[in-house]
Amino acid sequence: MAAPLGTAARADDTGDEKQDAQEKEAVAPERAEEAKLKAKYPNLGQRPGGSDFLMKRLQKGQKYFDSGDYNMAKAKMKNKQLPSTGPDKNLVTGDHIPTPQDLPQRKSSLVTSKLAG
Amino acid sequence: SAGVAGGGGNDFQWCFSQVKGAIDEDVAEADIISTVEFNYSGDLLATGDKGGRVVIFQREQENKSRPHSRGEYNVYSTFQSHEPEFDYLKSLEIEEKINKIRWLPQQNAAHFLLSTNDKTIKLWKISERDKRAEGYNLKDEDGRLRDPFRITALRVPILKPMDLMVEASPRRIFANAHTYHINSISVNSDHETYLSADDLRINLWHLEITDRSFNIVDIKPANMEELTEVITAAEFHPHHCNVFVYSSSKGTIRLCDMRSSALCDRHSKFFEEPEDPSSRSFFSEIISSISDVKFSHSGRYMMTRDYLSVKVWDLNMENRPVETYQVHEYLRSKLCSLYENDCIFDKFECCWNGSDSAIMTGSYNNFFRMFDRNTRRDITLEASRESSKPRAILKPRKVCTGGKRKKDEISVDSLDFNKKILHTAWHPMENIIAVAATNNLYIFQDKIN
Repeated sequence: MAAPLGTAARADDTGDEKQDAQEKEAVAPERAEEAKLKAKYPNLGQRPGGSDFLMKRLQKGQKYFDSGDYNMAKAKMKNKQLPSTGPDKNLVTGDHIPTPQDLPQRKSSLVTSKLAG
Repeated sequence: SAGVAGGGGNDFQWCFSQVKGAIDEDVAEADIISTVEFNYSGDLLATGDKGGRVVIFQREQENKSRPHSRGEYNVYSTFQSHEPEFDYLKSLEIEEKINKIRWLPQQNAAHFLLSTNDKTIKLWKISERDKRAEGYNLKDEDGRLRDPFRITALRVPILKPMDLMVEASPRRIFANAHTYHINSISVNSDHETYLSADDLRINLWHLEITDRSFNIVDIKPANMEELTEVITAAEFHPHHCNVFVYSSSKGTIRLCDMRSSALCDRHSKFFEEPEDPSSRSFFSEIISSISDVKFSHSGRYMMTRDYLSVKVWDLNMENRPVETYQVHEYLRSKLCSLYENDCIFDKFECCWNGSDSAIMTGSYNNFFRMFDRNTRRDITLEASRESSKPRAILKPRKVCTGGKRKKDEISVDSLDFNKKILHTAWHPMENIIAVAATNNLYIFQDKIN
């Protein structure tokens, strides 16, 4: 992945030791960054950058409010505090439902672009 | 005039030409530019923004009385292309943000373009009106209907010149064909059809027909738990109307031939650079995700943009790219924070110059990069108000990657990751470039021009 500029060279097992070391040096920052991330978030998905983030991508922009879920949760909770969305507002419903207060306001009236001004 | 190859970079310098947009510090979300595209002649430059609006600029003709205004782009037309919608069935908000604009080749006096948001593609006709009919029988000059009993004579209305008016009207609306979010549209070289691609499917449309589209690629697994990759971009070949490519989140490109079968789930060519398994990390797949794919004008090459690099592929060689250019390799040691602030998911675009001798792509801190394929020289420039004096030559920028920082260099930690240049466009024939920096559009030209 860390191909030098203008070439498609890559280290293979029987390759130059020097090139090998160079490759490892180039990748080391990536591994160090990975270690940093895992240290911060030990529960990070088992599969590297895998389908968790793909599913999130497919649901991009979904500010989900389901009145059925909301009312059921309200009934369940009775007098207790209603659960709010928490840090990840894009997580599909369940107990993590947006409340009407959490939803972004609908867009205001449409005006001409400032590029045309 | 020629492309960059004319001078090979020595006698060639980029100068500031114009900047469009507000100077306020507070940028409204709606004003963020989301796509930039020159038309086939380069006389028109279209922008789309997050507020669903399209602004089209037109290049001024040469004018002896105002020599310096030659080549300036001024507003030609602006309209609201898409509006926010709400899908009541799925309780989903549909953003009005314009994801892509693609021009149709010009066939008559009017101009046509396709603009798309996440769900709906629209064909817009932009036409000029410079004459008006006067002397109607049944209505006044101000449009009020006349009392028919008061009409005692007939006259023939005559055409009179009027101030130029540019009108935009939606001619076709291509809706309800995409379950997932549209990321690309591409007009075919047959000038009759176009494709639209979302995360999992690609559809083929005829420009005249809005109630039907053909699905030509479908990578949705039967069980969504098995989803491993999504479609990130797609484009038709510039000359072969049966060929298109699509890129994936796993860094692969598939070339498909519509003559081989109706459903192009099986590719004709599969482009992937082999990866050294020992270098794999949590980030490998994310940074290999291709955010843009563009054929060269010649049709012989294609270029892909992933998070850290731009790669040029020869269509005849599937096992590795022929050229790789590092855009901002210094970010490799910042991947952890870039993952945390979501920047690692930023989708940068890339573009070719008219002669395919140079390529351009954006970076952070309002920097953008150009690579000359012949001389292998590269340059980093900045789109900023500070270097916005008319015809001021842009000074090359440099990022300091470690050790002593030289006087004009900027250190990696000082880069502003909120200033991203995701969208750039190169005039099809001349050395004029348009660079979108958040809510501002910069236009740069070469000094020779």
